[in-house]
Amino acid sequence: MTTPTRTSLSTRPPEDDRRPGELTLRELLRWTWRQLTSMRTALILLLLLALAAVPGSIIPQEGVDSLKTSNWRSDHPDLSPVYDRLGLFSVYDSPWFSAIYLLLMVSLVGCIIPRAIHYWRGMWVAPPAAPRNLTRLPDHATYHTAVAPDAVLERAHATLRRRRYRLSIDAGADAVAAERGYLREVGNLVFHLAVLVVLVGFGLGGLFGYKGGVILLVGDDYGFSNNLTQYDDFDPGSLFRDSDMEPFSFSIDDFSVEWLTSGPRAGMARGFESHLTYRESPGGPERTYDLKVNHPLSIGNTEVFLIGHGYAPVITIRDGNGDEVYSGPTIFLPTDQTFQSIGVVKAPDAEPTQIGLEGEFYPTVAFSKQTGSYFSLFGRPVDPMVSMLVYTGDLGMDDGQPQSVYSLDKTGTTMLKKANGAPYRIDLRPGEQVTLPDGLGSVSFDGLERWNKIQVSQTPGKWIALVGVVLALLGLLGSLFIRPRRVWVRARRDGDGTLVEVAALDRSGGGDVAAVVAQLVTDLQEPDREDNS
Amino acid sequence: MTDVQWESLSNWAVAASGIVYFLALLVHLAEWASLRKVPVAAGAAATASVDIPGGIAVATGPGGEAARQDEGSARRTEFLGRLGYLLTVLAVAVQLVALVGRGMAADPDRVPWGNMYEFTLTGTFVVAALYVALYHRFRLAWMAPIVVAFVLSVLMVAVIWLYAPVAPLTEALSSYWLVIHVVAAVIATGAFTLGGITSALYLVKERASERESGYIARLPKPEVLDRVSYRLHAFGFPVWTFAVLITGPIWAHQAWSSYWNWDPKEVWAFITWVVYAAYLHARTTAGWKGRNAAILALVGVATLWFNFIGINYFSTTSQHSYASGAPALVEPAAPQPDALG
Ligand code: HEM
Repeated sequence: MTTPTRTSLSTRPPEDDRRPGELTLRELLRWTWRQLTSMRTALILLLLLALAAVPGSIIPQEGVDSLKTSNWRSDHPDLSPVYDRLGLFSVYDSPWFSAIYLLLMVSLVGCIIPRAIHYWRGMWVAPPAAPRNLTRLPDHATYHTAVAPDAVLERAHATLRRRRYRLSIDAGADAVAAERGYLREVGNLVFHLAVLVVLVGFGLGGLFGYKGGVILLVGDDYGFSNNLTQYDDFDPGSLFRDSDMEPFSFSIDDFSVEWLTSGPRAGMARGFESHLTYRESPGGPERTYDLKVNHPLSIGNTEVFLIGHGYAPVITIRDGNGDEVYSGPTIFLPTDQTFQSIGVVKAPDAEPTQIGLEGEFYPTVAFSKQTGSYFSLFGRPVDPMVSMLVYTGDLGMDDGQPQSVYSLDKTGTTMLKKANGAPYRIDLRPGEQVTLPDGLGSVSFDGLERWNKIQVSQTPGKWIALVGVVLALLGLLGSLFIRPRRVWVRARRDGDGTLVEVAALDRSGGGDVAAVVAQLVTDLQEPDREDNS
Repeated sequence: MTDVQWESLSNWAVAASGIVYFLALLVHLAEWASLRKVPVAAGAAATASVDIPGGIAVATGPGGEAARQDEGSARRTEFLGRLGYLLTVLAVAVQLVALVGRGMAADPDRVPWGNMYEFTLTGTFVVAALYVALYHRFRLAWMAPIVVAFVLSVLMVAVIWLYAPVAPLTEALSSYWLVIHVVAAVIATGAFTLGGITSALYLVKERASERESGYIARLPKPEVLDRVSYRLHAFGFPVWTFAVLITGPIWAHQAWSSYWNWDPKEVWAFITWVVYAAYLHARTTAGWKGRNAAILALVGVATLWFNFIGINYFSTTSQHSYASGAPALVEPAAPQPDALG
């Protein structure tokens, strides 16, 4: 690689006045390009890619689970800024991860274009003539026969043609040259090109697509129409535009769950189904669809998925003046398979003081003497109950900061206590009401509604990606299982008879051509026996 | 038959297949033990050096003083080898009964991969079945004791630590894409595992190629091991591609609304894929073929089994939460963490 040092007496042309060992910019570029597109670099980049993917499976990822990520952040206040700077919370969009796969792609392009040209030319040339000494090849066989050389070669010709070898036509030669497996290289090129296609498809989805989630109550009174303001969470690609959103709307008329009633998972939900009424556009006809897990609804390029469900107890709060300050179904989020759920109610308008409730909902409540607390037996609402603590004071909702509806800011509040100092807890079954002490008002549990978590997504380019991987697989099969090989048969007069030499060469490095030679020898000799008998 | 009867049939069959694997292992150990002192005949080595993979060299050796002396023991080891193979075939058949029983015991009937126990049962079955199927084609006699020991120990781990009673599948798991996905993933896992074993033996053989007797000496030549390993990987890689890059995303798209989520399970399936792509490249790159390629194959199999077992314990990201933004939502659509192929 290094240029040997020369003395100043060099006879180099005068315009070349650089110092020894120095590369011109062009040479440097060419050298870099050659390094970048070498197999070895591709190999190292592949290993780097594998390595770089690891942290994202261990550190919670923003795009995968933002709640986990924010919990992790608050648990590790010192590490988080460092991780943020390194992009460790979104590894797969980070500059260093992108750099690796972009380099790999450049390397890939640089590698396959020259190879494509090379193989395109190679496709059309005849198999190379037999080497002078066939017995030097690692896989060869020789035998003597009484059959004349011409007849042997003719038979070799016919046999190899039957096996779909390409043969070189060379009249008067003492050998047959044959080759097969040209499509292996094509397969390999298709595979590598298809990797690029997949990446394009994947990239389109990431850039132009979106994914959003909404929790929607079951019932004709509630509905969803597809625009940004209606989503609870929304994750658009960087080139996404609102105008790409299709103007459909839907409501959930009915929701049914099939509960398991026996076996080790008794009490858990197995199947569930939402009966949707939807319109593809505001003036369009109304249609219905049964939305189930694994059965999304497609509307144009958008798909609607059912991914979760839960309960929404209808809770009403009246304040000290007897005014209704909060009333409605309140979404509680399930925390386990028994649908024990947590939720929050906020009544900032209550007088004389704001009221906040925080607690659990149990679809089928039971009491554990062991832990001294309630739990849920199973997810079916056989004996539902809410159990909540009461907070009074400033709920922190007036300073304009957005707050999660699922959590209570307790900094400005005090928890209501009983005379003995124990927390004041309200336990309500449907239809029940309690009056809060100190003239604060009352709380009632009026009924139970259900909600569904619906995910809406648009993934442009997914068909490109799918076609890409399928092509890649086909190319791969060609590249791995088509065995490129060359075979030569030479027949020469030798004494009274003929000396036949057969040799084969595997060009893929994975093949096993000894068997090919043996088979060919058998085939060539086969008719001999018939002649003799 | 009732579900309970099917379940007990399955449990019974698992125990029976374990016992038969154990017998097969004993027979193979006896086979190799009787060969321990016998030097590999020079003639045999020469014969085996033609491009024919594997085989216990003893049977192929030409006559000679030493060979004739050992003819009796040669016949005995050959018999033991064949008996061991037949026992393995029997064990695989019994294990199949166990799998079918497991599926029939559920209500409704289903594929036998609802939990880790069933996965491990299926995985070991595929490893053993692939070995049995490829035994003649690739002449895998030399692999016998290792494969049988591997399958037996993993099966024991499954029975002792992973056993779980029969339960129905969660809804997201009852999709035919999942069935195809898991079948492909498990088959690829079987092929990669056999390939990994071969690559490990390649590394051992390469270091100890001058041994004259014993198990190592009777392994096929490194080139042959390398080629057998390549062919196993070349079979496994497209199947894995089909499983994790085609059917997996199709299923994920149906169940979770997005075909690739960078979920830890997916990330590791991708890592495995990339490592095996690197292995295939390494085999054609000067300076990497042979030793380094074999090491890559072992890295590949490590990532594969880590994904199968380890990731559930290491990852802090729950498999259950695909819904960004909604806190602590139980995702009925998400399968058990262990049920992702
Ligand atoms: C995304 C990155 C890449 C992937 C996933 C990939 C994958 C593969 C696979 C699976 C094979 C196996 C085919 C076989 O063994 O016959 C292969 C072969 C090959 N790859 Fe790549 N490759 C990548 C990038 C590259 C790059 C950048 C180069 C250029 C240096 C390259 C050059 C080759 C060559 C020359 C072969 C043929 C080996 C043979 O004939 O057996 N690959 N590639």
